[in-house]
Amino acid sequence: MERVLRSGQFAVTAELNPPDSVDPRDLYEAALVLAGVVDAINTIDSSGANVHMSSLGTSALLIRAGYDVVMQISCRDRNRIALQADLLAASALGVKNVLCITGDDVSAGDQPEAKRVFDFDSMHLLRTARIMRDQGVFLNGRTISVPPRFLLGAVENPFAPPLHWRADRLAKKVDAGADFIQTQYVFDIEVFREFMSRVRDLGLTDRVYILAGVGPLKSPNAAEFMRARIPGVVIPDSLIERMKKTPREHWRKEGIEICIEIIQKVQELEGIAGIHVMAFREEETVAEIIHRVGLYPRSTSAQNPTQSFSEEEVPC
Amino acid sequence: MSNKLNLKLTNSTGTRLIERIILPLEKISKEVVFDCRMCGQCMLQVTGLTCPMRCPKNLRNGPCGGVRPDGNCEVYPDKPCVWVQGIERAARLPVWRGRIRELQPPVDWQLKDTSSWINWFSGRDAVYPPGWTVED
Repeated sequence: MERVLRSGQFAVTAELNPPDSVDPRDLYEAALVLAGVVDAINTIDSSGANVHMSSLGTSALLIRAGYDVVMQISCRDRNRIALQADLLAASALGVKNVLCITGDDVSAGDQPEAKRVFDFDSMHLLRTARIMRDQGVFLNGRTISVPPRFLLGAVENPFAPPLHWRADRLAKKVDAGADFIQTQYVFDIEVFREFMSRVRDLGLTDRVYILAGVGPLKSPNAAEFMRARIPGVVIPDSLIERMKKTPREHWRKEGIEICIEIIQKVQELEGIAGIHVMAFREEETVAEIIHRVGLYPRSTSAQNPTQSFSEEEVPC
Repeated sequence: MSNKLNLKLTNSTGTRLIERIILPLEKISKEVVFDCRMCGQCMLQVTGLTCPMRCPKNLRNGPCGGVRPDGNCEVYPDKPCVWVQGIERAARLPVWRGRIRELQPPVDWQLKDTSSWINWFSGRDAVYPPGWTVED
């Protein structure tokens, strides 16, 4: 992924929602659909505060199978000790890209009674990861004999208030250590265009790679649900109306159509380094979208998995 | 060394006379005015006099991506986001306006429930983790 970004090619990443299973083959099955159409797979860290296999676990499994991953690491469930420990473990296991996020609150998930941690915010995590990488020390100054090597990522939501401050927040993340950014779902292209214009004014496109978040709408109800229940997702009424006007049997097609239109508009914007495709457990749809926008095949070899493991190699 | 000259703080409250006097004063006044959470490392001057510890995620560097379209909190839909308020107020403040863009260090939880006034005076609130200050 780093190679793709640095060479100036249009990068493609996608999110993989791990099946709730300890059989690695279930994970590989889902990942195989994305093989060849993405430069790196985002492994999610119990996003939406719903329990899934940890991103450290899924990342290690996917790396063993030859994938390049972007490992999400969130501040919701771990304090600074655990975060630094996991960063070290991730690098030792071969993780090259880390996405430092604050995380959705526990109240958004399926176990809202949990205690929230939030010892760090995403900027603290970014800066700490950079200190570990560039200075070769933990936050307390203790030396790491072989420091981790990471491309550091962060997220930004151009659609959440205060809109005028979102580019400034991006600048702060770049100062804290972000090398690349993956944005929240882009559905409102006008707001995104304005955000990018401010980002360019601040000179940030020379300092950070920005991947625009995109994804298909499944149905009018799913769109309403995303807008109401997933923190930070903004979908304009016009798109919901468009989905509502579409006959039920064409929902999927129309959702993909909308997503492709958005990708094409995003590609025209100056300073966009790639896209990040998100669709909950819809890997086939993700692959179809990437095919249809002409971003296939990918030129990197990072996504050539060694296919499946033999039985004895599968860690159980 | 006599207790009077010892500026080193302890976690427990009321161990020294000066703290026994200042702590309740600070606590009462700031809780009433700012809904202060007594983190012991006050940054009200950065946030347009809005206490960031009221944020359920304890964010010290700006709003999260979960702010609702109406400007309310992701966690408490009926309450305004403290950072949306902070950014607006900081812009209206005649002083310290640009400070909201500065990268703030992690919270030192050892200072929780101690007096930020004493910590500011003694310089204890500016003691950052050694690694944090390596780069700057």
